[in-house]
Amino acid sequence: MTQHWPIALFAAVVAVIPFVPEIPPFWLVLLDNIGLAALVSMGLVLLTGVGGLTSFGQAAFCGFGAYTTAVLTTHFGLSPWLTLPASLLVSGLLAVILGLVTVRLSGHYLPLGTIAWGLSLYYLFSKLEFLGRNDGITGIPPLSVGSWSMIGAGSIYYVIWGGVLISAILTLNLLDSRTGRAIRALRRGHLAAESFGVQTARAKLLVFIHAAVLAGFSGWLYAHFIRAVNPTPFGAQAGIEYLFIAVVGGAGHVWGAVLGSGIVVVFKEVLKSAPYGEGQLEVIVFGVLLVLLLQIAPEGMWPRLSAFWPFARPQAKPRKASALPARAKADSGEGKLLEVEGAQKRFGGVIAVNDVSFAVASREIVALIGPNGAGKSTTFNLITGVLEATAGRISLFGNPIAGLSPQEIVRRGVARTFQHVKLVPDMTVLENVAIGAHLRGRSGAVSSMLRLDREDEARLLAEAARQIERVGLGAQMHQLAGSLALGQQRIVEIARALCADPVLLLLDEPAAGLRHNEKQALATLIRQLRDEGMSILLVEHDMGFVMNLAERIVVLDFGTKIAEGVPSEIKTNADVIEAYLGVAA
Amino acid sequence: MLFLAQDGITNGAIYALLGFGLVLVFAVTRVILIPQGEFITFGAFTYAALSSGTLPRTAQLACALGVIAFCVELVSIRHQLSIRRLVRAALLFVIMPAVIWLVAMIAAKYSRSVPANLAVSLLIVAPIGLYIYRIVYQPMAHASVLVLLIASVGVHLALQGMGLVFFGAEGMRAPPITEVAFSIGPLRVTGQALAVYVIAALLIVGLWLFFGYTLYGKALRATAVNRVGARLVGVRTVLSGQMAFVLAAAIGAISGILIVPMTTIYYDSGFLVGLKGFIAAIVGGLGSYPLTAMAAVAVGLVEAFSSFYASNFKEVIVFTLIVPVLLLRSLAVPEVEEEKD
Amino acid sequence: MTEKLLSLDEVSVSYGKVEAVRTVSLDVAAGEIVTIVGANGAGKTTLLSATMGILPFRGRIRFDGRDLGRLDIEDRVGCGLSLVPEHRELFASMTVEDNLLLGAFRSSKASTAVAFERVYALFPRLKERRLQLAGTLSGGEQQMLAMGRALMGRPRLLMLDEPSLGLAPRIVADIFKIIGDLRQAGIAVLLVEQNAQAALRIANRAYVMELGEIVMKGPAETVSKDPRVVASYLGFEPEVAA
Repeated sequence: MTQHWPIALFAAVVAVIPFVPEIPPFWLVLLDNIGLAALVSMGLVLLTGVGGLTSFGQAAFCGFGAYTTAVLTTHFGLSPWLTLPASLLVSGLLAVILGLVTVRLSGHYLPLGTIAWGLSLYYLFSKLEFLGRNDGITGIPPLSVGSWSMIGAGSIYYVIWGGVLISAILTLNLLDSRTGRAIRALRRGHLAAESFGVQTARAKLLVFIHAAVLAGFSGWLYAHFIRAVNPTPFGAQAGIEYLFIAVVGGAGHVWGAVLGSGIVVVFKEVLKSAPYGEGQLEVIVFGVLLVLLLQIAPEGMWPRLSAFWPFARPQAKPRKASALPARAKADSGEGKLLEVEGAQKRFGGVIAVNDVSFAVASREIVALIGPNGAGKSTTFNLITGVLEATAGRISLFGNPIAGLSPQEIVRRGVARTFQHVKLVPDMTVLENVAIGAHLRGRSGAVSSMLRLDREDEARLLAEAARQIERVGLGAQMHQLAGSLALGQQRIVEIARALCADPVLLLLDEPAAGLRHNEKQALATLIRQLRDEGMSILLVEHDMGFVMNLAERIVVLDFGTKIAEGVPSEIKTNADVIEAYLGVAA
Repeated sequence: MLFLAQDGITNGAIYALLGFGLVLVFAVTRVILIPQGEFITFGAFTYAALSSGTLPRTAQLACALGVIAFCVELVSIRHQLSIRRLVRAALLFVIMPAVIWLVAMIAAKYSRSVPANLAVSLLIVAPIGLYIYRIVYQPMAHASVLVLLIASVGVHLALQGMGLVFFGAEGMRAPPITEVAFSIGPLRVTGQALAVYVIAALLIVGLWLFFGYTLYGKALRATAVNRVGARLVGVRTVLSGQMAFVLAAAIGAISGILIVPMTTIYYDSGFLVGLKGFIAAIVGGLGSYPLTAMAAVAVGLVEAFSSFYASNFKEVIVFTLIVPVLLLRSLAVPEVEEEKD
Repeated sequence: MTEKLLSLDEVSVSYGKVEAVRTVSLDVAAGEIVTIVGANGAGKTTLLSATMGILPFRGRIRFDGRDLGRLDIEDRVGCGLSLVPEHRELFASMTVEDNLLLGAFRSSKASTAVAFERVYALFPRLKERRLQLAGTLSGGEQQMLAMGRALMGRPRLLMLDEPSLGLAPRIVADIFKIIGDLRQAGIAVLLVEQNAQAALRIANRAYVMELGEIVMKGPAETVSKDPRVVASYLGFEPEVAA
């Protein structure tokens, strides 16, 4: 997002278009329509493409914006400029109300829920007396500056496209920030993000509001452009069309929204004016082409086009910044850090973890081993608050942590990696790792959009870069996480966990998929972390690795602890041999 | 009151059928079948045309789609071409619709029997479902639910447009399935309402038998429960998808046939009727048949009562009521993202 | 050497840019048990998935003399190849009997009846539970059902992915005994197993996979004595294991 000149170039082209000699006014109308649709779709890109929340109801938010200004200007004679904040506020507030319900819908219920309230609001628009029922409201004043009224398509053009550009820049800024990374992590499940302190429900609500405000803005512009509103453009069909635009453009790309609107609006116009008349075939062709397009380019057009972009993205090293404040670490190996006492977890009738007790001291490396399915990962989930123990006590520094949320537990200094890697594949290694430092940053959405977060952001990225260098992946910093080998992805997860500045590090099979020398490097790193005052609890299958590294080993089998001791004891323990060998000889 | 309840239940029965079709298609193919509404329209128009002794143009549509599907099939099997595959494709996509066309012509000319017209209508509309699946969804079977959904919108628009081209903007109505009518106390029961109940009940029992007791029915259920598992035992997901679409189209068509004697159907009426079935399916979580049935009747009742007491806000009420239901369902079954051992 | 039933020739499988399996060559003869040993993430499951047709691959896979490259999963099942995947992929909301019935989806009615008898003879427990829903079975029973379902199609080669995953040692012993019985019945088995000790004990031959490549192969007995295998997969130093 550091490239400014393509945006400037685009802005210049947009600014010049109305001055093209003899440009048909009709083209400007089209361009205005494209801009209006692009605004709504841009919100959808963030909501659906980036955040993973599919909404069919965006047209309703346009309606809120449009009707708010329509009512205020015609009934109360307010100036359109005064109603702009009102329109945005109404869309935003209703987004909060609808969003509180909507983001709690899970899976397919969410898009279906948006269809439901989208339709319901459409019918509400068309039935309410003070909104003019099906006839809507006419006689809305145009936007004006001084005595100059923006009546023509060419004059409001600048307001619309100025709005598109500003919205795009703000949206891009938001995505390229602490909050943005949290949003981008949403689509890949909540577990990883929440384990680093991201309040996922709040992040979802935030994008929902952002999208709604953009749609409300578009609605406000629309009302003063057409100067009349009626329910039709805010119905289900329109809601579907906006989603369609986002998908056609490329649902994960902000500029895809602009491209998609261009394609769809122009295309519909061409069909309308085509010679075979009366618009009967228009809708058929539209439908058929839609299906074809999805079959050919399900990812949308923007990724296809941007593949031709001749210049590589700059890969600036994060600039130097002051270090983030760090937690005090233990300087001796005394005192219990983590205590698990009689932990139990039932899933229905199955007991996954049964009365397991063990402790991890400060500056200690403890390994949790056992056959697959022995309850090791479940134990991790109990400690990190992903699952709540059915019974038992878990405490950190003597304070009970059972029942706390994952966000609260990571705040207290417990960070983890996952057995099944949970990185965001289409984010760079640097960005993924920076999520680990989420709780060490302060900037919120608004300051990110306005770029007031740069100092904070630089410190987070510098910390992330430092941890990446430390785990030895400096060369891969700007690669997409998904393009790394699985073993390397596990190491990225370690860097991400280190970014949270933990006192206790939980590693779930960190050595899986590593070559021999990489395993040795990992062991060295873990020892070094221990020497700096961190405690490490790890699950691992490679016995060579475990026996050399761990100071103490806890063996689980069938959810029960069957042994605990130093490696030499474990190696000769008859129960352990029996459990691990599995089959009676 | 009683009258409203009866009205609600009659509509609810139809919504239940539509809901079943949607649940079935979604479970097997992950497609949210927005074009269900068009199958309703096509069913209604076909039946109405046959009843008035004209050749329904859906027969031509079936042929045209069949030929396109044939071409798509040829392209996709070009690397594994064999006589068997070729013959099968020709039978399914060319000869079958041609025969159906012939049957439709004969029926239009000679048939005045309601059951015969009903059967021929189904015969015409059901293959359209198959062809739509072959042309549109089969090539993109691995796409995300969102992309499939948008594709569904495209199909809906295209089919609705074809409806307008083929049938024009005028509405159609067909004679009732039976003229009998009688009264139970204050309640007047029409033969048509009775037909709705009987046919809905028959269909539900039929589906229950099909899914519970036939190998293909079980295979379809298996595909819905676990696609990978189904493929591993050799059930072709493509075949399952085709079956699901044929069933859904047939269900849509029957619903249309049941409605068209009661209300005038326009080229775009199906969509709204389908939407109500859709609500029922949503409330059932796109997965449960009994819940869908209950929800459908509830939708019918809410609609009947609110159209009486607050007719202006009928749709607002119906659609708003879904949101809390969805919320309850979401909270009851929280999304679990398990980190397994 | 007996004729090869399955042979993989320089097979590679990629997820996007990541090559999870690199030029793996491997073969299984009729009626033998072959095991692939390796750590989590070594590419074993990926290899089985590609052989079954779930994932696309480069290279050549032949089964019973036929090139599998262009066949769909369903056709490979028809050829006599069957996979019991790591997650078992049962039809959880259907009965045990229906699960088995669907296992014989491509068979005739008569041979289905025979297959039912054979599978119930092999897993008497499944017969007791035949009207129970698959999802309500215990872990061990689910594994038996998954194997039983695969056997209903009368495969010539059964690929098992982690059959002992999460099962009690006693049940693991049962499962391995049944795998041995399958060899008696002339069914070849390709076994991917975390429990390397048990797998190596039952297998005729073994391959060791690391980071998507075969790094060692040979008779199971030889492989199980290799010091590196012992350290990495068997868990204990040679003197302890011995």
